Amino acid sequence: MYDAPSLENTLDQKAIKIAATDVQVYYGDTHAIKDVSVQIQDNTVTAFIGPSGCGKSTFLRCLNRMNDTIDICRVEGKILLDNEDIYDPKVDPVQLRAKVGMVFQKPNPFPKSIYDNIAYGPKIHGLARTKAELDEIVEKSLRRGAIWDEVKDRLQSPGTGLSGGQQQRLCIARAIATEPEVLLMDEPCSALDPIATAQVEELIDELRANFSVVIVTHSMQQAARVSQKTAFFHLGNLVEYGDTSQIFTTPVDPRTESYITGRIG
Amino acid sequence: MTDASIPKASTLLRPDARTKKRNASEARFRFYGMVAIGIGLTMLLVLMFTILTKGVGAFQQTFITLQVELLENKLDKTGARDLELIKKVSTFGYAPLIAGGFNKVVADTGIQTTLKPKDQSGILSKSAPAQLRDYVLNDPDQIGKTIEFEFLANSRVDGYLKGRVTRESIANDKNISVEQLDFVDQLKQAGVLKKRFNMDFILGADASDQRPEAAGMGVAMAGSFFMMLVVLALALPIGVAASIYLEEFAAKNWITDIIEVNISNLAAVPSIVFGILGLAVFINYMHLPQSAPLVGGLVLTLMTLPTIIISTRASLKAVPPSIRDAALGLGASKMQSVFHHVLPLAAPGILTGTIIGLAQALGETAPLLLIGMIGFIASNAPGGISEGLLSPNSAMPAQIYEWAKRADPAFYERAWGGIIILLVFLVTMNTIAVILRRRFERRW
Repeated sequence: MYDAPSLENTLDQKAIKIAATDVQVYYGDTHAIKDVSVQIQDNTVTAFIGPSGCGKSTFLRCLNRMNDTIDICRVEGKILLDNEDIYDPKVDPVQLRAKVGMVFQKPNPFPKSIYDNIAYGPKIHGLARTKAELDEIVEKSLRRGAIWDEVKDRLQSPGTGLSGGQQQRLCIARAIATEPEVLLMDEPCSALDPIATAQVEELIDELRANFSVVIVTHSMQQAARVSQKTAFFHLGNLVEYGDTSQIFTTPVDPRTESYITGRIG
Repeated sequence: MTDASIPKASTLLRPDARTKKRNASEARFRFYGMVAIGIGLTMLLVLMFTILTKGVGAFQQTFITLQVELLENKLDKTGARDLELIKKVSTFGYAPLIAGGFNKVVADTGIQTTLKPKDQSGILSKSAPAQLRDYVLNDPDQIGKTIEFEFLANSRVDGYLKGRVTRESIANDKNISVEQLDFVDQLKQAGVLKKRFNMDFILGADASDQRPEAAGMGVAMAGSFFMMLVVLALALPIGVAASIYLEEFAAKNWITDIIEVNISNLAAVPSIVFGILGLAVFINYMHLPQSAPLVGGLVLTLMTLPTIIISTRASLKAVPPSIRDAALGLGASKMQSVFHHVLPLAAPGILTGTIIGLAQALGETAPLLLIGMIGFIASNAPGGISEGLLSPNSAMPAQIYEWAKRADPAFYERAWGGIIILLVFLVTMNTIAVILRRRFERRW
């Protein structure tokens, strides 16, 4: 299960992509995230695990300011992306989200063609000047999303007509088409069957070469399979954060141990 | 446990008392439901049947075809075909020509009648000479020739052919006599007098109290059309913009809550209130012309806005939030996510709401009462867009109301006919709404 020890030894030399310090999140009067500080490395898959309602998705959505769309949500503390505070008033969340892409729990392709799904991001960010360039970006993204072979003959058919696993890979391809630096994934496999899950996990592992990937998951096996770093959240607190192999074999905190052995959650 | 005399309740083959009671109450409820729907359907059928039986007659009209000699010495004494001089001959000048036409019919067909020429012409509409005059003014070259001309019959004669007027019912009627009806019977046998489909009822103008047979819906229809133009041009953009702002951009606080509650309340405000508002603001304060479709359209816009806003917001709400998330997650701005993704998905719902709002406005009568679009006899079709908007006109429901309140039963029949026309419009619009929704509905 934990079969990549040689890789983990080199992890600590990697650059810090996102540094969060003392992050607090409130939903109205509810204190949802308490004092979370975490450093996310570049070219690494970081998994957030924890029982339902522990705040891992909330924290993930802080990283590209998707929480801004929720009126009652308030974020305090500091989150630095490449040493720039993303909550600085001068930062436009729209620009931030082009850098920090997101894949959601439920596959949510636009009800448009497969081509238009991928091309939308590059179009609004002006990444392609000609139709040929756009075609190239679409093909490249679909290849990186490991779905090109399945859809190359029907790029004009609607994205909503694909199977669940294909839709999710399409959404991943759509997210990477805008050339983000960080990819946030909020339980990307929860709506997928085991075969589709395996495909997506394989894809995540490949994406690590180019992106910093943060994935929220309910499945500890998945966290163990795809991630190099794991953060365990419980009741809004970040309980433990470290190398995945260490978290799953020798957890420091008793709560982490209880959770991964199935006693709480 | 050992007592075998108590029957066991747990057999599935026979329902126990509780289950029976529950089933009975369900059966009762189903019955009530079916009764309610049955009553509704019966009422609808009765309504449709009444409207159709009473209104269909209005689409048929009795015409009398006469050979009329357009005598040059009566119409154009100089022979110069000068339109100004021909215009000087009033409708009185045409009456003898029509009388001549009757003479010819009587002579040709051998009808025996004791009626004087004036009474023979009395079975025609009072607009008959005017009809002939319009024809001549239109085409002065026909002067001197004998033409075949189709005259409108009097509404009493028309009623006689439709069974509304009988020999008994005209005992006290000074507009028509039994001898005239005998004459009508003979003309009918001779094939001179016929009942046929009357396009003028649908496309023509309204007529004065004395000439129900000449009244038509066309001009009022144009009035309604121009009002709908105004409503569409104003209510759709304002309504959609307001809903998008409220639904997608506005902060959720007590101000937007109050606005939201008040929009819902406005949808329930009686339409006559909008009418008096229109009278006070548009006519008395802004001095826009009275009875003009522009003002009617403005008032109906006010009335339609809440309907459009409510349905637009509902269809915006129905777009799954995941679509917005997807767009925002890609770095689209709020506006891009709304205009590129949310609005296209909500469009069928918005369109349906708008069409239903328009249909509602089309059938609205009360506010028109207050801005003077009722009681006005719309006798001239508007010539252009500005005339259509600014010159006095009526509207379809107003025209129906107007006809229904006039004394002559012939107008009453036209009111029912008008309702059929109005219903055809409403049913068409609602059908379009349903088709559009079916067609453009997208699944996700």
